[in-house]
Amino acid sequence: MLKILKYSFFDLMRSRWSYVYFAFYLLLGIVLLFLNNDLSKAVITLMNVIIVLVPLIGTIFGVMYYYNSKEFTELLLAQPLKRSSIFLGQYLGVAVSLSMSLILGLGIPFVVYGLFKSNAIWDFSLLLITGTFLTLIFTALAFNIALTNENKIKGFGYAILLWLFLAIIYDGLFLMSLILFEDYPLDKLSLIGTMLNPIDLSRTLILLKLDISALLGYTGAVFKKFFGTNFGLIVSFIMLTTWVVLPVLRIIFKSKKKDF
Amino acid sequence: MKNLLLFFAAILMAYSTYAQNIEVCSTCAISTLKKAISVVKDFDTVLVKKGTYKEHNILIDKPLTIIGENYPVIDGELKGEIITIVSDNVTIDGLFIINVGTSYTEDYAAIRVRKSKNFVIQNLVLEKLFFGIYLEKSRDGKVFHNKIIGDAVEEYNSGNGIQLWYSKNIEIEHNFVQHVRDGIYLEFSDDCLIKNNVSAENLRYGLHFMFSNNDIYQDNLFEKNGAGVAVMFSKKIKMLNNTFKENWGTASYGMLLKEINDAEIRGNTFEENTIGINIEGSNRIVYKNNDFINNGWAIKVRGACYTNSFVENNFLYNSFDISYNSKINDNVFDKNYWTSYTGYDLNKDGIGDVPYRPVKLFSYIVNRTPETIILSRSLFIDIIDFSEKVSPVFTPDNLLDNNPLTKRITW
Repeated sequence: MLKILKYSFFDLMRSRWSYVYFAFYLLLGIVLLFLNNDLSKAVITLMNVIIVLVPLIGTIFGVMYYYNSKEFTELLLAQPLKRSSIFLGQYLGVAVSLSMSLILGLGIPFVVYGLFKSNAIWDFSLLLITGTFLTLIFTALAFNIALTNENKIKGFGYAILLWLFLAIIYDGLFLMSLILFEDYPLDKLSLIGTMLNPIDLSRTLILLKLDISALLGYTGAVFKKFFGTNFGLIVSFIMLTTWVVLPVLRIIFKSKKKDF
Repeated sequence: MKNLLLFFAAILMAYSTYAQNIEVCSTCAISTLKKAISVVKDFDTVLVKKGTYKEHNILIDKPLTIIGENYPVIDGELKGEIITIVSDNVTIDGLFIINVGTSYTEDYAAIRVRKSKNFVIQNLVLEKLFFGIYLEKSRDGKVFHNKIIGDAVEEYNSGNGIQLWYSKNIEIEHNFVQHVRDGIYLEFSDDCLIKNNVSAENLRYGLHFMFSNNDIYQDNLFEKNGAGVAVMFSKKIKMLNNTFKENWGTASYGMLLKEINDAEIRGNTFEENTIGINIEGSNRIVYKNNDFINNGWAIKVRGACYTNSFVENNFLYNSFDISYNSKINDNVFDKNYWTSYTGYDLNKDGIGDVPYRPVKLFSYIVNRTPETIILSRSLFIDIIDFSEKVSPVFTPDNLLDNNPLTKRITW
């Protein structure tokens, strides 16, 4: 598996897209810092960008990579290799190279600007951790879609739909159901609703940092426990890990059964 | 000039020969404060040496000065009120008063001033108290440089740090009050000046006004209180250059205004409060040059607020700038700086060319269903906020800042 991971990784490192992705984050980081002149403000803006953009790029890139390397995959399948290690290797290759572009692309301008001397370092590391988790989750979801759909167009369609659903439509439905059931106690429902969507989950992590004063304005014991203590942070991280593990398990399961 | 000085010196000499000093210490002839007060003449000075004096119900019924040396301890042993002043011209300085009795029928205080004039209460340290300094139907006094540290846990069995009741023209300066019910409480008290105080971690309010008019409070710091300052049913109050910080919680406000008319709120800083200012039934108030930084809601308008003007304030990084619960607006917003303003300034005069709408649709939704707060900063919310901005349906459509500034205002 490690060998395949290494191969996928270096293959991607040589590819143009990784550089474009890396350059994009580098530029974003530099521009934000240049325009804001304020590290913590730049971190806040980045958080907003990352929770939308990282999933989109993760899904598209994951699907694209799978379809592009299909012939090579078939070649590998003919060798005496475990199927799970082939697909996991490819998955990790994509996810790790994407995360690296993200971490380096954003990390370099911020470190140069003087991150280690500022108190925004915790917020920034939270940002990078969340970004990495989102990459892992959405690349895994993309592989799932690609494995299930032979048709490229269909696969891309589903991938974009998935992103659209989780990034925007889900919140719309969520909001509507909250307003619809406003006569009932909703704090548990709203927290569960958040847990079920990795983008929302990352957003709450950011909310914990930015909007804590507004969040505490709501009367509800569950909310208070969740947002007022470290409980929220811990639960969110556990849920994010679950969100990585489940799709990866499905990749293994699916790849074993699939007929090539 | 020299003659004048001589004249004052002469008066001072005469005064000091007239007024006598009496010392109180545990080994002296006079070993209790009560006894000292009973023997001294008017305008004498009682000097209390370092030590512990277990006394309560000390009644000061003649004009005199009590000075503590190195903070002597007056221990009330939780038996009731400790010092009661019923005479004019009393000065109390440098005592350490502890263990005021708690009662559910009477407001026991560490020091109570009753129907007196020209008193000075300064440099005291009060601990383990029920009520701290209680001014009752008194006037023209000074409460200066005291430190009041309570241990209040529940609102119903705790008292206030400094309480004024039907008092007039009192100056409260440089006091430090924490862990009591209300830090400073004014009821039916007019023409008072509250300046340079620190009121922190109190159960209810840092400062509380009820039916008090023409008061000024300035340069105070209110931090981590149940709610910073509550101003209720009062007229013509000036609130200048105060700082309201980290008042967090479900019913927490930096400032709570209820039935306030003709007030002036200028130069204050509201930072990291759940709600910066909560306004209800308040009219003709001028808000100028205030900073609202990182609050949940900078200003929450609950209703029945007319002809208020919000001019030249900075609204920086608040989750919500303004929240309204009705569609009618009679208040003026002009020349403020809003960090969430996204317009442009083509002629570069420092005023944005597109008006700013401070009330977002999302704040309307959160007012209706508070749980939806969990969706803030979602892309979907941004989209509906944008569509509401283009054509307001749920928010007051004439609530606009027509001249939003493009740079933070400094003054």
